[in-house]
Amino acid sequence: MVNIIWVLMAVIGIIYAMFFGTMDDVNEAIFQSADDAVMLSISLVSVLVFWLGLMRIAEESGLLLALTKLFRPIIAKLFPDIPRDHPAMGYILSNISANVFGLGNAATPMGIKAMEEMKKLGQSDQASRSMITFLAINTSSITLIPTTVIAIRMKYDSITPTEIVGTTIMATFISTIGAIMIDRLFFHLRSRRNS
Amino acid sequence: MPIIATVSVWIIPCIILVVFIVGTWKRVPTYETFVEGGKEGGKMAFSLLPFLLGMMVSIAIFRASGAMDAFVEFFSPILTLVGIPADIVPLALVRPISGTAAIGMTTELIASHGPDSFIGRLASTMQGSTDTTLYIITVYFGAVGIKRMGDALKVGLLADFIGIIASIVVVSIVFGS
Repeated sequence: MVNIIWVLMAVIGIIYAMFFGTMDDVNEAIFQSADDAVMLSISLVSVLVFWLGLMRIAEESGLLLALTKLFRPIIAKLFPDIPRDHPAMGYILSNISANVFGLGNAATPMGIKAMEEMKKLGQSDQASRSMITFLAINTSSITLIPTTVIAIRMKYDSITPTEIVGTTIMATFISTIGAIMIDRLFFHLRSRRNS
Repeated sequence: MPIIATVSVWIIPCIILVVFIVGTWKRVPTYETFVEGGKEGGKMAFSLLPFLLGMMVSIAIFRASGAMDAFVEFFSPILTLVGIPADIVPLALVRPISGTAAIGMTTELIASHGPDSFIGRLASTMQGSTDTTLYIITVYFGAVGIKRMGDALKVGLLADFIGIIASIVVVSIVFGS
């Protein structure tokens, strides 16, 4: 499905440009965005090296396991096919905590690491049940304090820039619950199809 | 606000403090372990590059050609029919595809309608309560080499839709439309 979306965006864009005379813009955008992607990857290097280094210490010292034990009752139900005390649990929890506290740049390394651990469990190039659940939780966003939005609101002289924190938390809560429910539904549809 | 600002400044140094103290306490060779873990990060960023570049170029073509605007215009009537305010429709459609485009739209909506207007509050809530699904799928599956994604994209996009509807309902109830 990603293949189709990827090709469609480019093909539609190029054909559209043929008819509406925006080929100059398209041509410029191709190399500009390729450049942007390289810059983004470079800026990810610092974040990934820093957080993965730090988290390795947390893993070896047992800190990650302690975190897992603390939250296991809640999280184990969401990821039934990950064994107790598996490092994947620890990284999933770290990713969720980083997201909750709005540490976007810490959330990505932990999320990738969680995926890697889950892949070790599955041993295939197909997305496992827990991977899809994990992704659903991440795409629905679980940020408690949307710092970027607050900054934009302050810039445009909002009287109460933080008044949207409450509504964001409520909307996030509903969308995360919704994401988990949809994920469960699709999982049951899948298992019915396979049996 | 001052409390939130303080917490967000203090939190990372405090995490480092705790990890270092516990690591030393448990006799982990801290520095070497950090370097070992960090090496992995370098490799990871490099292997991510082609995934990011491919996706970003395709999105850029779609956007720069004007096709994205046409796409938004085409689907607007349908979403307006469901009860989504017309001004917010472009943001709702673009939010899962491109993070930078969405931030741009949110800023524009806040600037033109005012941050404390209904649309301003709605755009703020929507921006904060959903994430860029396409980016997350690209990065997370790309980094570990997952080729068959199963239902991931469908689940992610449906979750975005719920987030959009939830934002509208919550903001309407809390602030009144």
